[in-house]
Amino acid sequence: MFKVERKPVADLGMDDTAKGLAPERIEKVMRWVLERESDARLRTYVETCIHCGLCSEACHYYLSYKRDPSYAPVSKVRQTLWDILGRKHPADGETVKKYARIAFAECNLCRRCSMYCPFGIDIAYLLALVRRICGLLNVAPQYLQDNTNSHIHTFTQSWVGQDDYVDTLQFLEEELRMDILNARIPLDKTGAEYMYTPHSHEVTFKTHLLANMARILNVAGIDWTMPSTDGWENTNQAMHAGYYETMGMIERKHFEAAFRLKVRRILAGECGHAFRAAVYDGTRWLGWKTPPVPYVSAIQFFYELVRDGRIRIARKIQEPVTVQDPCSFVRNRGLGEMLRYIIRATCEDFREVTPKLEHNYCCCAGGGVINYGPPWKFIRMEGGRIKVRQFRETGAKIVIAPCHSCHKTIEEMSDFYKLGLHVLFANELIVKTMEVPEAMRAVQQKNEGTGGV
Amino acid sequence: MTEKNHWDWDTAEKMVSDVREWRDRFPVVQEFVVSNDGEKVAAVVEQEKQKVAPCVNGKIWGEAYERVWSLKFLPDHRLACAVLRDYEWTVVVDGTPWEETYDFVWNMTFSADGEGIAVNIKKDNGFGVALNGNTWEHRFVETRDLVMSPNGRSTATRVKTKRIATLDIAGFAEKALTVAVDGKAWDSHFLGIWGMTFSSDSASIAAGVKLDHLDFSVAVDGNIWGTSFPGIWEPVFRPGNRDAVAPVKTGKGWTLAINGRLLWEKRFSQVWGQRCSPDGQHIAAVVAPEFGVWTIAVDGLPWEMTFGDAVLFPAFSPDSGRVAAVVKDKDRYTIAVDGIPWKENFDMIWDPVFSPDSRRVAAKARKNGRHMVVVDGRAGQRTFEEMWEPVFSPDGAKMLMRYIEDGKFYRKVVKVEEI
Repeated sequence: MFKVERKPVADLGMDDTAKGLAPERIEKVMRWVLERESDARLRTYVETCIHCGLCSEACHYYLSYKRDPSYAPVSKVRQTLWDILGRKHPADGETVKKYARIAFAECNLCRRCSMYCPFGIDIAYLLALVRRICGLLNVAPQYLQDNTNSHIHTFTQSWVGQDDYVDTLQFLEEELRMDILNARIPLDKTGAEYMYTPHSHEVTFKTHLLANMARILNVAGIDWTMPSTDGWENTNQAMHAGYYETMGMIERKHFEAAFRLKVRRILAGECGHAFRAAVYDGTRWLGWKTPPVPYVSAIQFFYELVRDGRIRIARKIQEPVTVQDPCSFVRNRGLGEMLRYIIRATCEDFREVTPKLEHNYCCCAGGGVINYGPPWKFIRMEGGRIKVRQFRETGAKIVIAPCHSCHKTIEEMSDFYKLGLHVLFANELIVKTMEVPEAMRAVQQKNEGTGGV
Repeated sequence: MTEKNHWDWDTAEKMVSDVREWRDRFPVVQEFVVSNDGEKVAAVVEQEKQKVAPCVNGKIWGEAYERVWSLKFLPDHRLACAVLRDYEWTVVVDGTPWEETYDFVWNMTFSADGEGIAVNIKKDNGFGVALNGNTWEHRFVETRDLVMSPNGRSTATRVKTKRIATLDIAGFAEKALTVAVDGKAWDSHFLGIWGMTFSSDSASIAAGVKLDHLDFSVAVDGNIWGTSFPGIWEPVFRPGNRDAVAPVKTGKGWTLAINGRLLWEKRFSQVWGQRCSPDGQHIAAVVAPEFGVWTIAVDGLPWEMTFGDAVLFPAFSPDSGRVAAVVKDKDRYTIAVDGIPWKENFDMIWDPVFSPDSRRVAAKARKNGRHMVVVDGRAGQRTFEEMWEPVFSPDGAKMLMRYIEDGKFYRKVVKVEEI
């Protein structure tokens, strides 16, 4: 066994719940996951891996922690899943806690390592299996468990009340109409082209992002709607916790809202993991090969709006700009080039990151890690050191990060490492640079002549 | 059905309202809603800044409000909506507001005859339900979703019965979620609860419940089935009795269970959306015989033909002998009846409607931006800017079409053969 030394982290979701875990319960859950749920995929991966270690250089933790071999992806599998598979005696709570720490806090499930594995082994899948085991034993970060408890009851990750959601949308519509003449946020309109599904933060403390999206949809003249019922939120933290039953329920609710409203497409906000859950993990757990309603990310949507002239870019950002490629977008559907198209159309001085696109480093917040809250902040800061170096080398002052997880942690890193970086979502970039046609401007805007630009 | 006998089935075509003219009169005209009999068309319109009102057949209805939403025609053709005036919400039905006001109302629900109208309400930091203007005496920490009994006299909502602070995962594990019926919460509480449904006699209610991470079951009137499963979807009651039927996950795949006992022998990769026939003798459900392959199974036997994208909830014919469902393959929609899909496909199709004699199936569909009626797979020759779902006459010989063309809303009665 490797000797693993880590800074201790106090987390009620792992410390308290690991205490007194009966070995029989642990054994039962492990057997259920490994023997009933895992299939040939697990066996193939385990038997194929030759422990070559080529995955090591792919891992941002490994690179950020000075190539400490215990952070190599193969090592993390060895310390968890192989330990479970080779174990001759039942595990105890402390052992589960050790597995949980590695699977939840030392792997972002970013899948960069799979690109460096000569056999293409999906190492993130193996560590997600470990998360599944730990999650079913209730040994998961407290903040993440709270998110999933919220998902179970509210189908949102932030305990959003059904009344608050609708009230917020109606209020935002009123505010938007101060700028955009007769702007609408249509609720429950059937037969629309798009159903917009935001992150719950867009309805709680980042409402300007939802307002931005509504502004863009109105200016571009898109036929759209939002549901007034549960199923409106696109995030899925249950996927990260290994609570696949809840993950599936969230995605079903999501797609059934679209079917009920008879929309042609779902337009998803800027959230990488939500995209991954809807397009891959959640959808497939339910039995759909692909999303049953075409699922369009905001990146693809903005790209098409700009490309097709549905919105006109009136001016460009002058400050040097760089980009964060969210893993779940660029490694799961190759949206990186579309993102660059948007940035080049709206920014004068775009500075590429190295490596880029699907080879870009994870920001160290993905896989739900951003949601573990303050106790695990140092993980994000230390594990993101390679990312910080990457941004520094660009000399950029603005980072475009079209994902709530990436966005939040890069803001934290900028503050922590004094980078002086300003982080923007893609919708903020569009709203800052697009033209609002004069005919659409509300009266006071016409008089001021700003046009909302 | 008898109510439909009183509709006008003789007037071939009637222009009900010139809705384009509304757009000239009002800066904003929101989405149109129409009555079942096609005699009324309505929309929320803005008269002046932050003054909105429902407009019915071109006439402003009642007074103006700060907000109006959830505009709906009831089955008896009355119009209902939620309105905000002087920072207080209430429900207005055909111009008459409920006496009580609230901090917010949502999830407007009504019974099949329109007699019962209910909403979730928030007032004074408590949550409850109001039925026909009468608010539950007891308030809860939170309410979500609303269902009404078939007789329109009872309502139920999901509730949280005690405050749990954010991040209090231990408090959540102690279970505070349950169902409240007519203001009274069940004694039993759960880690999760969803999919409430009333029995046909309005006396019982069932819901799916989460007991633990791998233990799910169904609770009927608060009593959990004696068995649990590693996965479960929403239950339904069989008409005529209180047998609860739910899709359940087993070690070998998904199937249906009734009152906790396995009902179907066959196992599937997925099962959901089960529906009972009107006579209660048959059950159809959406099933995936294998990963990524979808169809309908009736009494456990899947249709031979399968579909790649999705299959939506099945609908039984009135005589309980036929089943139809929306099916989607390669991003094209159509309807399959008794396992046979219509040959023509569409950009979008609405839910299938059976004729009263169960012989015909019709649906509203959209193709190339135009709407049409499709009967037994044959698309009507006329297409429209907008239209609503077709309605068969009581004898099944005629069909009521409700549509907008050239900016005017029409109701039109045609012989089914002439569509």
